[in-house]
Parts: sequence; structure tokens; C-alpha cells
Amino acid sequence: MSVGSVTRGRASASQNIYWLFVIPLLALVTVLYAYPIAKVLWISFSDPVLGLQNYEKLITSGTIQRILWRTLRICVIVTLLSVIIGYLVAYAMMHVQDQHRTWMLTLVLVSFWVSVLVRAFAWLTLLRSNGIINEWLIGLGLIDEPLDLVRNQFGVLVGMVHYMIPYAVLPLLANMKGIDTRLMSASRGLGAGAFETFIRIYLPLSLPGIIAAGLLVFIISLGFFVTPAILGGGRVLMIAEYVSVQVLITTQWGTASMLSAVLLITVFGLLFLMSRFVNLNTMFGAR
Amino acid sequence: MDGRRGWGGVALVASAWTVLLFLVLPIFVAAPVSLTPKRFLSMPEGVLSLRHYVKLFTSEEWLSSIGQSTLIAVVATVVATALGTACAIGLWRLSSRFSELMRGFLLMPLIVPPIVSALAFYRLWNDLRLIDSLAGMIIAHAILGAPFVIITVSTSLANFDLRLEQASRNLGASVGQTLRYVIIPGIRPGILAGAVFAFILSWDEIVVTMFISKFNVFTLPRRMWDGIREHTDPTIAAAATALILLTIGGIVIQFVYAHRRKHAALALAAKA
Repeated sequence: MSVGSVTRGRASASQNIYWLFVIPLLALVTVLYAYPIAKVLWISFSDPVLGLQNYEKLITSGTIQRILWRTLRICVIVTLLSVIIGYLVAYAMMHVQDQHRTWMLTLVLVSFWVSVLVRAFAWLTLLRSNGIINEWLIGLGLIDEPLDLVRNQFGVLVGMVHYMIPYAVLPLLANMKGIDTRLMSASRGLGAGAFETFIRIYLPLSLPGIIAAGLLVFIISLGFFVTPAILGGGRVLMIAEYVSVQVLITTQWGTASMLSAVLLITVFGLLFLMSRFVNLNTMFGAR
Repeated sequence: MDGRRGWGGVALVASAWTVLLFLVLPIFVAAPVSLTPKRFLSMPEGVLSLRHYVKLFTSEEWLSSIGQSTLIAVVATVVATALGTACAIGLWRLSSRFSELMRGFLLMPLIVPPIVSALAFYRLWNDLRLIDSLAGMIIAHAILGAPFVIITVSTSLANFDLRLEQASRNLGASVGQTLRYVIIPGIRPGILAGAVFAFILSWDEIVVTMFISKFNVFTLPRRMWDGIREHTDPTIAAAATALILLTIGGIVIQFVYAHRRKHAALALAAKA
């Protein structure tokens, strides 16, 4: 033990030098990131005049309420669909041969890593009124008029679910890898059917994965900018795009920073909630 | 699925494959469109042409965007990796409740929605006259990329035996020598992974970029963003196809690398 305490003593003496390792990034993030964020938040109380009038808009402005409700609605739908579909994929991946699993994982990763702009472009090309899907359908004689598949909520939902499924699959997969399959065999051995085993054993064991995947998808969706902006075509304004319009076009900094504050508080609140179900360290480390 | 896969199991696996095709196939629509001989976005009919690739790799605007994106991403990656690695090592050695708090603080750029980061940079860069400058872009991207490096390096450090560092120090090595010969070789995969994340983040970043760049700095994502919104020029499709191929190439290299590492580890284990 004395050796241990000696090394510990020396370690603490030389520990100060490790502060020098931390300080450069700490200084950079504090001065050039945290400070301007604090400033943006302060604007929500001070622009155009000191007070809470920007926050009053949450209650009084119909436009802002519509934006918030639309954002919430789209995020809930996207989260539900992505987690259900992602669960199906992850569950199937746990039950195929290794080689097939590698291929499936490769496809998930390709989708995960391809630029969000490329994907939004692809969906726009497929879905627009003279796009490929409409031309096929007309060519087949199934429809006469092109369907409105994009520049509306439908297009935004398709693009967002497509983007988010990998974000749901990866945490679910991490969770399912930790589930002891012998429990299922035991359940089957004791006479439960496949369905009952799934509902009563597997599903509860995968619940932390479901919650992690759901919150992750929901949090990313809340502040999502690119896909809603491109596939919504300016008609399906969600909170992030609305904030950018407020700053770049109408220069309403008060409203923009108030909505930023709302967004930040919601995201941090959800993360706090998430930290109670999963170890955030391992989740962020797992990626 | 232990040999007794019924119809339910078959349906499950089949629908999983369907989802995976839904994830990947639509992306590839960019490939045929990029080969159209026409001047506007369309499916090629009969004749294929590489003219849009020629434009992508010869026109001054696209080349300048590719060059700027590469330069910004490379420098931002170097900065983020150096600072992020140092920081992760420092936090690891300090490890106290305070350093945990600090880790949370330093991961903030990863958690804050991009639009909020964009407003913050936009405000400050205006005051500092960094708007539309390479330096401004590099600093912003380095700050956004550093959390990835902290995470991947911290993950490597978690598996690194602290006693190796203490042994090195007790045997008389300086902090610098310990770092160079003991710690960094031990956590190289984490550093590399962090660098890759930081690079891709910068290379792909559009939201912050849109706010802090105007004319002089016009990165590849920025040019693609404008092109997608206009949605006429097939050069976008060529750029998209090139990016898809690059992504697939990266994933393949990573798989090969991981495969080789596994084999090397097995060989080592066999020797020992």
C-alpha cells in the first residue's frame, strides 16, 4: 500500500502539469463558444428592450405556436417510425448469421455516413412532381396527375425517417448485444411461446435501448435543419429553419434567440432524462 | 436464429432487408442522373455522358470549393485532434468530480443544436471580423469537431492501464517522454477515430457554414446546398455520386483495417 500512496503522492504533485493539457481547449471553448452562446441567450431577454416580451410570444404569437406544434408533431412521428423500424432491423440483425450481419451493418453504416445533403438531394430528385417516382407512376398509367410527394410534410417525414433510422439502429444494436440469449431459451424451455417470450422477456430487456434510441432521434430531430428545409421547400417550417429565417432575413434576433433558448432547454432536459436510463458516457463512447 | 426459424422469422429478416434497401437504394439515384447528357436534372435516355464530372473536376468554382473544403477540414482536424487529445489525456489524469463536469462542458458543441451554435458563431465572428474568412471557418469547425476526439480518445484511455504511465514516470521519464513513448502509442486508434470524425464533421458541415461564410469562402457543402435549392444543375448529382463513392471507400478501408488488426491481434495472442 505504501508504494501506492507514494506514487499517488507523486502523481498529485505532478498533476498540475496535466492542467496545461486541458487549458488550451477549455479556453477556446469558453471564449469562442460558451461565451457567444450565453450572449445569444441574453439577447432573448434584452432585444429589443429588456424584459420577457420575447417569451410572451410563446403564448401570444399564433405563428410561433404553429411552428412549435409542427416541430413537435413531426419529431414525435419521426421518432416513433424510426424506433419501430430500427428495432425491427436491429432485432433481425441479432438473429442472422455473422456474415449476413456484417453485410447488414455495412448498409446501415453507408446510410449513416452518406452526407445529409446528398440524401436530401436524392429524395428531392425522386419525389418532386416531375421526379422519378411520379414519372414512373404516370408511365405505368397508375396516375394522371403527379402526386404531391415533396415540399410538404410527407416529403419531410420520408427524408427525416430515412436519415434517423441508422441513429435508432445503432444504440438498439448496442443494447441487444448485451441481452443474454439464454434467458429466451429458458423461457421457451419452460413452455412459453415465441411471441410470449418476446413480449415478456426480450422487449423489457431491450427497453433501455428503445429509450436511448428514441431520445437520441428525438433530440436530433428537434434541431434538424437541412432535410426539413430542402424537402419542406419553405412550406414546412420547423423551429431550426424558422430561427434561421428570423436571423438572416427578418433580423428578429429577439425571437430567434428566445427560440434558441427553448431549444437548448428542451435538449438539455431530455439529455438529463436520458442520463437516468442509460450511461451517457458509454453511449457517446460507443459511436 | 437457432435453426427453428418459422415463417415469422423469415418475414422478419425479409422486412429488415427491405428496410436496409430503403436506406441505401434511394441514395444511388444520384448516379444515373449524374450521367445525363442534358443540361438539366434528368434521367439519361440511351446516351450517357461524363460532362458533369468534367465540370465538377475542372470548373473553377467547383475546384475552389473542393479545395477550400479540404483545406478547412484538414486544418480543423489537426487543431481539433491535437487539442482534443491533449484535453482527454489531461482529464483522464486529473480525474475528479470537477474534471467530469469539465468533460460535460467541453462536449457541449456536440449536444447544442447546430442552429444555436450557428447563431453564436455568427454573433461573435461579426464582432471579431472573422465572417467569411478561412480562419473563422477553421476555428468554428475545430471547436465543433473536438468533442468527437475527446470521446474517442477517452474511450481508448479507459482501456489504458494507468500504471503504465506511473511506471514510466517513476522510472524517470519526463511527462513529454511518457506521452510520446507510452501514452500516445497506446491510444493511437482512438486518436485516429477522433480525427476521422472531426474531418467528416467539417467536410460535411452546412448549418454553421451558412451563417459564417458569404462569398470568399464557399465550401463544397455550401455549393451543394445552393445547387440543391435551385435543383437544375446536374453537376450536383455528379458531386453527390462522388461523395457516395468516397463514403463507401472509407467504410471499406475501415473494415479492411479492422479485419487486419483483428488478425494481427490473434497472431500476437497465438505467439504469446
